Amino acid sequence: MPLLKDGKVVDDVWAFVEDGHELSPGGCITVSLARFLSEHDQLLARNRSIGVRLAVSDDPALLAPFLDQLHLIELQFPKYTDGRAFSQSQLLRRRYNYKGEIRATGQVLRDQLRLMIRSGFDAVMIDEANAEGVYDFSAHEFSEFYQAASDTTDTIFMKRQKKREEKAAE
Amino acid sequence: MYRYDEFDETLVRERAKQFRGQVERRLKGELKEENFKPLRLQNGVYLQLHAYMFRIAVPYGQLSSRKLRQLAMIADKYDKGYGHFTTRQNIQFNWIKLAEIPDALEALADVEMHAIQTSGNCIRNVTSDHLAGAAFDELEDPRPWCEIIRQWSTFHPEFSALPRKFKIAVTAATPDRAAVKVHDIGLLMKKNAEGEVGFEVLVGGGLGRTPYIGLTIRDWVSKQDLLSYLEANMRVYNRHGRRDNKYKARIKILVNELGEAEYRREVEEEFANQNAWEKVVLPQEEVDRITAYFAPPKFETLPAKSAALDAAIAADRHFARWTKNNLRAHKIPGYTAVHIALKPQGVAPGDCSSAQMRAAADIAEKFGLDDIRVAHEQDLVLPHVKLDDVPAVYAALKAADMHASNAGLGSDIIACPGLDYCNLSNARSISVANEVQALFADPEFEDEVGTLHINVSGCINACGHHHVGHIGILGVDKKGEEFYQILFGGRADEKAAIGEIQGPGLRHEEVAPALKRVISRYMELRISKTEKLADTMTRLGQAPFKEALYASA
Repeated sequence: MPLLKDGKVVDDVWAFVEDGHELSPGGCITVSLARFLSEHDQLLARNRSIGVRLAVSDDPALLAPFLDQLHLIELQFPKYTDGRAFSQSQLLRRRYNYKGEIRATGQVLRDQLRLMIRSGFDAVMIDEANAEGVYDFSAHEFSEFYQAASDTTDTIFMKRQKKREEKAAE
Repeated sequence: MYRYDEFDETLVRERAKQFRGQVERRLKGELKEENFKPLRLQNGVYLQLHAYMFRIAVPYGQLSSRKLRQLAMIADKYDKGYGHFTTRQNIQFNWIKLAEIPDALEALADVEMHAIQTSGNCIRNVTSDHLAGAAFDELEDPRPWCEIIRQWSTFHPEFSALPRKFKIAVTAATPDRAAVKVHDIGLLMKKNAEGEVGFEVLVGGGLGRTPYIGLTIRDWVSKQDLLSYLEANMRVYNRHGRRDNKYKARIKILVNELGEAEYRREVEEEFANQNAWEKVVLPQEEVDRITAYFAPPKFETLPAKSAALDAAIAADRHFARWTKNNLRAHKIPGYTAVHIALKPQGVAPGDCSSAQMRAAADIAEKFGLDDIRVAHEQDLVLPHVKLDDVPAVYAALKAADMHASNAGLGSDIIACPGLDYCNLSNARSISVANEVQALFADPEFEDEVGTLHINVSGCINACGHHHVGHIGILGVDKKGEEFYQILFGGRADEKAAIGEIQGPGLRHEEVAPALKRVISRYMELRISKTEKLADTMTRLGQAPFKEALYASA
């Protein structure tokens, strides 16, 4: 399944290591939140890239002390009607100021890409033949937004304010 | 009335285009029904028993003649010449073709309307008092805040895949005509101790399978904090609301399972943790801009009484009855609000033909300052009519057969479409409503009974709000046969209460005779004509009425 990063197909260099399984000596690995919380000293001490896979019920706040050392957080859509990962992503980006990759996995459908991009996802695993084309289309399907979100604070409300200020300055 | 600017316009146009693309993919088979379903639902498109149903948003129930005429056009061009006004102040069309819905969305965009989030697990159309801006008993006009909530909730990126649907209602008046206590979030505008107007926030009310009255989670939140506080509630719900069982997924179950205190604690904590980036604060100029659209129209200075109206009342007893039942007090002397009851005997409650829509549009344009509201009782309302014009309004309504004089009375029944249209339903609603209406065929008898709210639902999803009728009727299926359970004691106003099921269900043909006995008992027992059935039941208990209900000859 293609992995898109910022809308472009890239190779997936990450491997998820199940709880209880031994870590491979090199490469980029993701682990569960539980494993990360119990082994973070060892995990972060190694000279490698570490990511965490959150379950939909996990609280992203638990990662707050470690976020500047994480390179990837995987969030899940067990069904595409389950929108908990939207809140997790918004929390990571806006409350905890996480700058690394947020990746959507699970049932990712083209019709939710716009919501994902707005909520702070920059990577998606998506089962589409023309993944880049579909992403580009969804990213630009709407040109205006009422809500500030992880992608922009340039909302309709702010644009209106800017217009008023420009008019007042004239 | 709010008018779209270039930004609002762009969004609804882009939405129509997006849905056209999705429908094309569906019709070509590129999009499976399973994946199309949540998409069409967020555009108000349901697959019903016979056809697709299309639900159009009427934000806080406000229409203009231009909008109502466009709905009439849609009824004629894409449906069978009529539409159905709902208890959430929306309108539904029951016979539309999927392939034509994108065209209908374009036609709606032409008049600043849409079907965004009229269904699906998202924040639905925000509802309000149908007399907003006209009522003498309101603190201030709640509509600017309804419009602000509409914009904030439209395509919200975080809250578009909630555990379940989410309904918000706003009122600024006592009595509560917006049923805010039976909404996921009810907002009641009120002053704090310093005299500043803000909102009491009620959470977790709702009907359906497990009815609850909303709890006051915040006694007062300022206007400036309103959207941020709503975001805090929505985030707690989105993260923690149940998703394992759709019948336990509404916020009322979360509030109930956590307990009021713990739910409040979580929301307050979330609210307190919001940083500047997360707060949703509109510039005051933006609030002022939106509020300006709801400035009072230019009312004339008129005497409080109209000689012309009084003369017409004296001359025609049918007209006299209609004025007695269908007019509502207005805050400006010489004006009144007019209820157009869409409940003539023998018609599906809330149904309205395209000709009637055009007639109402003409009347509103000529006599009603171009303002029309949809009331949650499935009626239309002209909020601003001069008393002097009331006889002419009545004549025009009569010509369109829209002069039912039963607003707020026994035959002004709320009912869902029931088994005749809906694939969730267990039993017919419209036919049972019609049989109950027939009890009140004699206007003198109906007036003698007085204010009475009878609500009918065809299944436990409660679209006909049976829990909050003074008398509720709930259709159930027992081994393939329709039965109707009767509830007593519900109400949707500021004293909101959930009705109680009285006992075994009745057969279809038993419902009307049984209710006739209950109403006779009520008339024997009430202390005065102004004591509502719900109040008599509170005073005496439900036992005498239950006895009458089952006392078949």
